[in-house]
Amino acid sequence: MTENNILRGQLIEAETLITVDELCHHCMVQVEEVITFVQEGILDPSDDVVVTEQADAWQFHISSVRRVRTAVHLQRDLGVNLAGAALALELLDRIAELERS
Amino acid sequence: MEYKDYYDIMGVKKDATQDEIKRAYRKLARKYHPDVSKETDAEAKFKEVGEAYEVLKDPEKRTAYDQLGSQWQAGQDFHPPPGWDAGFEFSDGGTGGPDLGGFSDFFETLYGRGFHRAGQQGGSARGFQIRGEDHHAKVMVDLEDSYNGATRSITLQVSGVDENGRVVARPKTLKVRIPRGIRRGQQIRLAGQGGVGHGSGEAGDLYLEVDFKLPGHYRVEGADVYLDLPLAPWEAALGASVKVPTPAGAVDLKIPPGSQAGKRLRLKGRGIPAKEAGDLYVVLQIALPKAENEEQREIYEKMKQEFSFNPRVGMGA
Repeated sequence: MTENNILRGQLIEAETLITVDELCHHCMVQVEEVITFVQEGILDPSDDVVVTEQADAWQFHISSVRRVRTAVHLQRDLGVNLAGAALALELLDRIAELERS
Repeated sequence: MEYKDYYDIMGVKKDATQDEIKRAYRKLARKYHPDVSKETDAEAKFKEVGEAYEVLKDPEKRTAYDQLGSQWQAGQDFHPPPGWDAGFEFSDGGTGGPDLGGFSDFFETLYGRGFHRAGQQGGSARGFQIRGEDHHAKVMVDLEDSYNGATRSITLQVSGVDENGRVVARPKTLKVRIPRGIRRGQQIRLAGQGGVGHGSGEAGDLYLEVDFKLPGHYRVEGADVYLDLPLAPWEAALGASVKVPTPAGAVDLKIPPGSQAGKRLRLKGRGIPAKEAGDLYVVLQIALPKAENEEQREIYEKMKQEFSFNPRVGMGA
């Protein structure tokens, strides 16, 4: 591909849903890890009632990709545990919210 | 190749204990972690610190590094003395350290390339195909680009392999179509523009998160745009028709007589375009001309006498 090509990407709407498999694929994690994120309250599947036994059918908002990646990076790079990563994510959300207003 | 002073990078003394080095690393890693940090060069700093820690945390690597001697200065042209690493065997710790996309030439000359790679993929390697990583970047666009659509060139640092087989960071420029109506925080996915795959694995995707470069008098909330518009006191008091520069081009705006500062005039549908376009709110501000000569001062004096005006009346003063 030459550099003169103009790339047209797919616009990711916040409402876009992806399957749990796609989430794993994009974040290079296993389903089991996603389940622990959900159980820790870091991630919310789009279902109204979250049943761990039905994890294969879970769907997530596209923004979850970033969330999972950040959680994985924080654990790997900073030595925090899952609860610590969850806290950091929540504080990062708060900061982003404050900066927007 | 430049010599790197790993002690200096970590901010520790040459005789620091392993515990001190770990403490220093944890602090710096939190400070510069790209997912957390607001520092402009966070990623480069984080990478540098990670590299320094990779050496200093490992007693063998540290000893070998110390043996280079202390006569070196950071940035000095460096070639390792022959046989400097005799007697050391650097095993791949596979510690799953930061995924840094390659360390410096200095590091790789000393400790070899690729030793830290194996640990990276962790449990994610699936068969012989490893899909390339998805990359994320931010792209700053003008508000006008969202109104009209635009093509933007963005330059990213990507790691590749040079002719000597070394990992280097290279700038890569992409021309990307910014679709009309894009909003802050939305992402554009460019399939196959992320990291290269391994084996027969496909390349990852590149996600561009959009943010606006906003002049100070603009604010954006969702699809609504707020524009601060300064008025002369007589324009606000008597009413006026003023030219307002909006992202969609200049418009003539009628200011009703007696407009107060803070009043908002809504231009329906002139916010960010969408199926249900946002609105443009013009927020009125009143700018005060300075009285610079006697005549101008007299006008203010006259106003003072003519108006019995107490702007603080609502404050109970």
